[in-house]
Amino acid sequence: MRLIAQQLLKKITSNKKALLLGYVLLFVALAVLPFLLSNTVGRTWVRILDFALIYAMLALGLNIVVGFAGLLDLGYIAFYAVGAYTWALLASPQFGLHLPFWAILPIGAGVAAIFGVLLGAPTLRLRGDYLAIVTLGFGEIIRIFLNNLDHPINVTNGPIGINKIDPISIGGVDLTRTHEWFGISFSGVHIYYYLLLALLIFTIVMCVRLENSRIGRAWLAIREDELAAQAMGINTRNIKLLAFALGATFGGVAGGLFASLQGFVSPESFGLLESIMVLCMVVLGGMGHVYGVLLGALLLSVLPEILRSTASPIQRAVFGDVYIDPEALRMLLFGLALIVVMLVRPTGLWPAPRRRTILDQDVDRD
Amino acid sequence: MDIFAQQVINGLVLGSVYALVALGYTMVYGILGLINFAHGEVVMIGAMIALAVVSALLAVSPDMSPFTLILIASAAAILVCVFLAFLMERLAYRPLRNAPRLAPLITAIGISILLQNIAMIIWGRKYKMVPQIFPTETHEIFGASITSVQLFIVAISGVLMVGLLLVVHFTKLGRAMRATSESQRVAGLMGINVNKIISVTFMIGAALGAVAGILVAGNYSVAHYSMGFMLGLKAFTAAVLGGIGNLGGAVLGGLLLGLIESIGAGYIGNLTGGFLGSNYQDVFAFVVLIVVLVFRPTGIMGERVSERA
Amino acid sequence: MVTKRLFACVVSALLMAGCGSDEESNDGRKVVNIGHVGPLTGPQSHLGKDNERGAALAIDEANQSRIVIGGEVIEFRLLSEDDEANPQKGTVVAERLMDANVAGVVGHLNSGTTIPASKIYFDAGVPQVSPSATAIEFTHQGYETAYRVMANDEQQGKVLGDFAVKTLGARSIAIIDDRSAYGKGLADEFESAVKQAGGTIMTREFTDKTKIDFTAILTTIKGLDPDLIFYGGMDAQAGPMMKQINNLGLTANFLGGDGIQTTQFTVLSGAEGEGVYASSPGLPLGQMKGGTEFRDKYKQVYREDIQLYAPYAYDATSVMIDAMTRADSVDPAAYSPLLRDADFPGVTGRIRFDERGDLKGGSISLYRVTSGAWKYIETFGGGE
Repeated sequence: MRLIAQQLLKKITSNKKALLLGYVLLFVALAVLPFLLSNTVGRTWVRILDFALIYAMLALGLNIVVGFAGLLDLGYIAFYAVGAYTWALLASPQFGLHLPFWAILPIGAGVAAIFGVLLGAPTLRLRGDYLAIVTLGFGEIIRIFLNNLDHPINVTNGPIGINKIDPISIGGVDLTRTHEWFGISFSGVHIYYYLLLALLIFTIVMCVRLENSRIGRAWLAIREDELAAQAMGINTRNIKLLAFALGATFGGVAGGLFASLQGFVSPESFGLLESIMVLCMVVLGGMGHVYGVLLGALLLSVLPEILRSTASPIQRAVFGDVYIDPEALRMLLFGLALIVVMLVRPTGLWPAPRRRTILDQDVDRD
Repeated sequence: MDIFAQQVINGLVLGSVYALVALGYTMVYGILGLINFAHGEVVMIGAMIALAVVSALLAVSPDMSPFTLILIASAAAILVCVFLAFLMERLAYRPLRNAPRLAPLITAIGISILLQNIAMIIWGRKYKMVPQIFPTETHEIFGASITSVQLFIVAISGVLMVGLLLVVHFTKLGRAMRATSESQRVAGLMGINVNKIISVTFMIGAALGAVAGILVAGNYSVAHYSMGFMLGLKAFTAAVLGGIGNLGGAVLGGLLLGLIESIGAGYIGNLTGGFLGSNYQDVFAFVVLIVVLVFRPTGIMGERVSERA
Repeated sequence: MVTKRLFACVVSALLMAGCGSDEESNDGRKVVNIGHVGPLTGPQSHLGKDNERGAALAIDEANQSRIVIGGEVIEFRLLSEDDEANPQKGTVVAERLMDANVAGVVGHLNSGTTIPASKIYFDAGVPQVSPSATAIEFTHQGYETAYRVMANDEQQGKVLGDFAVKTLGARSIAIIDDRSAYGKGLADEFESAVKQAGGTIMTREFTDKTKIDFTAILTTIKGLDPDLIFYGGMDAQAGPMMKQINNLGLTANFLGGDGIQTTQFTVLSGAEGEGVYASSPGLPLGQMKGGTEFRDKYKQVYREDIQLYAPYAYDATSVMIDAMTRADSVDPAAYSPLLRDADFPGVTGRIRFDERGDLKGGSISLYRVTSGAWKYIETFGGGE
């Protein structure tokens, strides 16, 4: 079965026409997906899809740091927070600033990149789990500052958060409202879906190109053996900082879009658990592999929502009644899923082909 | 009352608990190079089991002597936690021993979520009151007050930590553990049952965690299914501060972190001229950690750590 | 066989949202869904569950009294969702409720999830009555669908500040806030009320919801020797805090908001909680018509005491059903205007809304722990 599928895939990819047709079909499928969802299972799923796309961007950004360069980052959500708050401060009644989105998007990306370098610089000498704990600390520091900068000078409103963030508007059209175009009604979540999808495709292209570039190979070299990489003339300092900065940039952009979609940001959205969740997406999907990470992000952001709708009906079907709290069951199944997937596929659901060969040799620690 | 002395005592009490939990992290890390993210949840389970046993015993015979009560409860908690650790290692970590480094990290997170929610189903969502078994007496040391429970915490932690160091450095088991952490393959060639040693390491760590859970619940008189997560995180930070994989480092890191936190919360306002307050307690702790690691990249007492993907 | 049934269930659950409107219950009643949102997992889940139960009791009662709306006997159903106290999840479940065509929403519990979700309810035109979101911002966004049945931070902070300075005679006051939206909001309003009443704030210390060790900040406070300590935060922290206050030999009065005016607090703090003051919006349950019955019924059904906001969730649900009955319609557009001029005798007090959706003339009662239980002292405000 698998063999047939593989052969079929090979045939398709070798045939240019078929490949083109495949892309067109994929494109059409992605284009009608939100309408399919909102007309069958409800608009919730379009919103869930929006968040899944945001998470996918985040996971791809973290993949640059963890997957490509091999730097374990447990505080990645900090950049998401920086992006979100940059957006919130520049386009809300907080300071009375209302910059247009095309101005904020690069500013947010830039600010996040600066934070990426700020984090990267002092941690260059650290390895493995020491780096993990420092990045975790960095993430918490950012969150604590956001939660407390309401005093003595009020910048972030502290735990209350910033409300009424401007929606993205193009040519005076507010993208979070419902609009009628070509006789079809597009609601805010639908429009955001297309916007996010476009940005995600851009991100994917960037990531794939990066991986196969000089920089990508330098990251790979550092990941596998930093000392050897240095000996080969790679400027490990700059290359590592670049990984942090680029990863942070994607995080920042995703954060900004999150802020404008929600219209509200507060420090609660940027806790440690979120960092861990994004890391799970990267590792579960297949660290270092762009499409694997994408799969991980989509699965882990959609799966809990599916469990949310099915936890009590499943129980009713199997036992005839609801015995376990559906919410608790949802989280139980989620935890179980993480364990089982890792046990069955330790390198992730869809690992990078190149990585697989390297890992087989990694046996003993001495 | 001497404020500074009091802050030091506060820090030491908090620090001893961190140290005890940090030992669990550092032992597992030393032998496997794995961050056992679920260790905090083991601590929580220890506290919950002890509480359940105490409540059950008190319901049956209300005038049981406090010592028997605490002994039975601790024994039960330690047993359950040890068994849990055994299962965890066997089912979720052993199959992944040669997998990429991050795979067991994800299963550990999975176990952590699983245990928290199982505890929520069993013991409910409420914060639970822990009955005071021993009368609280307050003692004066250097102008600062310390309760008998707090003294007990410091003493028990001290005894357990010294005991563990003795076991690791002066017994056959300890030698096998050290050999395994040097190289599993070579240890295996020397006739050491590596699987058994790793299993035992997990169990010892869990037993210490269970005791830590009981001490925390006893000192603060409260237990909750989410209590393990933050505690575990702090202890992990402490282990890294001291140099992860190093037992003495975990103890030192734990005590230091406790001191940094309480002195930070107490004096950060004075240090920054009132600009920052006790809300930046954790920032202070993390900044100290980062500064230490910048100058000593493997922690205060850490050795050179080899890097593998 | 089982798998087949399972599959069918999963599919129907996923599809449920699309076909929720014209259901009929077993005995031919028309089904009307009312949504509830609160954190049902995570550290605050005990409070979320408490709210859910309060709302469920109101729904049960309404069903028992066979309310007729638009000529049909209505069966109300509660669709309860978990927002995990996470603003992002809050908007997702809000959208879920809109997909399920609920007639109204009771929730959310936290201001942090209530505010972003309120936009979705407003866009859909569905009224939302929060039992416990006290942040001022919630009703100040210009959304006519946003209501709350609890006094906001400003109203409660003012009463607490006056009480501390004027009634308890405290001149020097230390504040601890737990850095949650609730704790900060209440502490801010308390601080300004104290200053207005002529008291001095000696220090403001901070902790957070995940901590149980407060010895460091309490030691600082002890060094300043204030007359009173005010805590803006919840019972789960305040309980252990009382023990630590006692251990350190602090003798100042202790005052808190509705977050600590709970049975949980008296249980967790034990003997050390004796003499603590706290406020709670509305009137004591015992003084209100149906209040004692509600408390007993809750205990009887769930075999537990009320945690905290269940009576408010009960009132929020009841006031919504009351508006539907008066409008003789479950259509949000039809009953929404009647919700605005509600005048409903709730178990927590008389419920009327001002033009923003805030509780009109919300009264605040003060309590003190005496021999292990909260004893009512007096009620402030509540006049016209």
